Amino acid sequence: MAIRLLLCIPVWICARTFDLGSRFVIKPGSKTFYRVTKPVVFTLCLLPVVILLLQAFEVREFGLGANPIEELLHQLGRWGLKFLLLSLTITPLRRWTGWNWLIRFRRMLGLFAFFYITLHFLTYAILDQGLDFAVIIEDVIKRPYITLGMVAFLLLIPLALTSTKGMMRRLGKRWQKLHRLVYIVAIAGVWHFYWQVKLDTLDATVYALVLAVLLLTRVYYKSQTRVLT
Amino acid sequence: MLIKRPADIKSSEITDESVYLKRRELLKVAGIVTVGGLIGPVASHQVFATESVPGVSGRELPGVQKSPYSTDQVPNSWSDITTYNNYYEFGTGKEDPALNATGFNPRPWSVAVKGECDKPGNYNYEDLVSPHALEERIYRLRCVEAWSMVIPWVGIPLASIIKQFEPNSDARYVRFKTLHDSSKMPGQRRRILDWPYEEGLTIEEAMHPLTLMAVGLYGRELPNQNGAPMRLVVPWKYGFKSIKAIAGISFTRKRPRSSWERTLPSEYGFYANVNPDVSHPRWSQARERAIGASVFAGKKPTLMFNGYGDQVASLYSGLDLRKNF
Repeated sequence: MAIRLLLCIPVWICARTFDLGSRFVIKPGSKTFYRVTKPVVFTLCLLPVVILLLQAFEVREFGLGANPIEELLHQLGRWGLKFLLLSLTITPLRRWTGWNWLIRFRRMLGLFAFFYITLHFLTYAILDQGLDFAVIIEDVIKRPYITLGMVAFLLLIPLALTSTKGMMRRLGKRWQKLHRLVYIVAIAGVWHFYWQVKLDTLDATVYALVLAVLLLTRVYYKSQTRVLT
Repeated sequence: MLIKRPADIKSSEITDESVYLKRRELLKVAGIVTVGGLIGPVASHQVFATESVPGVSGRELPGVQKSPYSTDQVPNSWSDITTYNNYYEFGTGKEDPALNATGFNPRPWSVAVKGECDKPGNYNYEDLVSPHALEERIYRLRCVEAWSMVIPWVGIPLASIIKQFEPNSDARYVRFKTLHDSSKMPGQRRRILDWPYEEGLTIEEAMHPLTLMAVGLYGRELPNQNGAPMRLVVPWKYGFKSIKAIAGISFTRKRPRSSWERTLPSEYGFYANVNPDVSHPRWSQARERAIGASVFAGKKPTLMFNGYGDQVASLYSGLDLRKNF
């Protein structure tokens, strides 16, 4: 019930924004368009953490089950990967549809990926390992899937730090080069997920396939550009 | 046989009663309110007066006796034990078995007994259970995934059941099979494991007094998601050895290969004794998370043979447990 209510509000706002019925139509790309859609997208991106908080504090029928730390850890990791993949969808989708306004949402999605992955890391370090640094370091060195996850997280930090307009301007052409690291982050992140699964890799395989498609579209578009020029 | 109580572990070290009983309240404390008296002690030595356990369901089992093999640690809640299960026949998520096994009907049930024994044949559930007294055994359970619970099983020592079949001198191993019927066990439609699930023990392990054929939980009939109508419980081995819904038992000369061993031989061995010194290739086995403890309780050290070393270590004298993991 609570989830349905929370979902209804943004859906209603979306419906009003793109109301084709005539009362008011906002042109995609206009200032008003971003003023309305950005808070909507922002709210939607926060929904998973709101639901996880309700579960963590066992509000009403919400709960994390018998092993709350594991559930929290897995959910945050999955949301981190989802936002990462979503942010990687923007560029090919924009090229395919010609909707240039999409690009204005890429940073927000990328930063939400960083947000969820940071929470995932903190859950691991604080709740799962109790800030026992010896154990954490041993994990990072000895367990390949944790090594990969840590690499992905550490590489995301400079990307988040240089996501501002000021940094984009200051770094110029180097900014794009630096931000290509996101491909390594995504591959390491999905691999980390795949490797952690005990046996049933179906879910992780779906993430890997989505990532493969997103990377292949880039190869494809690049080859197209080369032919054209 | 000398009955020893596990001396290497104190209940107070394992599960803080107040924490276990008031986990929900503790979570609320973290967020909103403070709570006064957290103490809610449970007498854990005696057979459970099941009406006092929140959430129990199923038919009550008559005449259950307590056992000196039980730990005096406080068991996990009914809800923890029945909603957090690894039982891939009903789905690979922890909560899947509780959701997907509701329609499973474990009666009538028969077990096919074969191999090196003098009384093979098809035995009904009643043939196997009614001749014996039911005992409550409160055991620690350590999963290979590095979490643990304390579970008040009801069952019969496996040795008593095995004696009915009169195994001969060639019976060096016992192989167990789970029911193979994808119309009843939807998880078997996906070939993630080589169905049916199979497990094995040496005859000495099978005849050990700690090894239990469980038919109940908290004084009630075993819930479907926990392996109804009968399952193995081998408390010093990782949980996956304790095969559920047993439909076949055979006595063999050769060592059987278990399902996990066949699927991932580098990760799961035949013995699968709980051992903090031998890591799973992908994660450490040195510590475990006690299900039901506070989220801030941290992990606790895992004990050799899950704390049952006094009783079972002699079974493995001379065996390199690093190789025979």
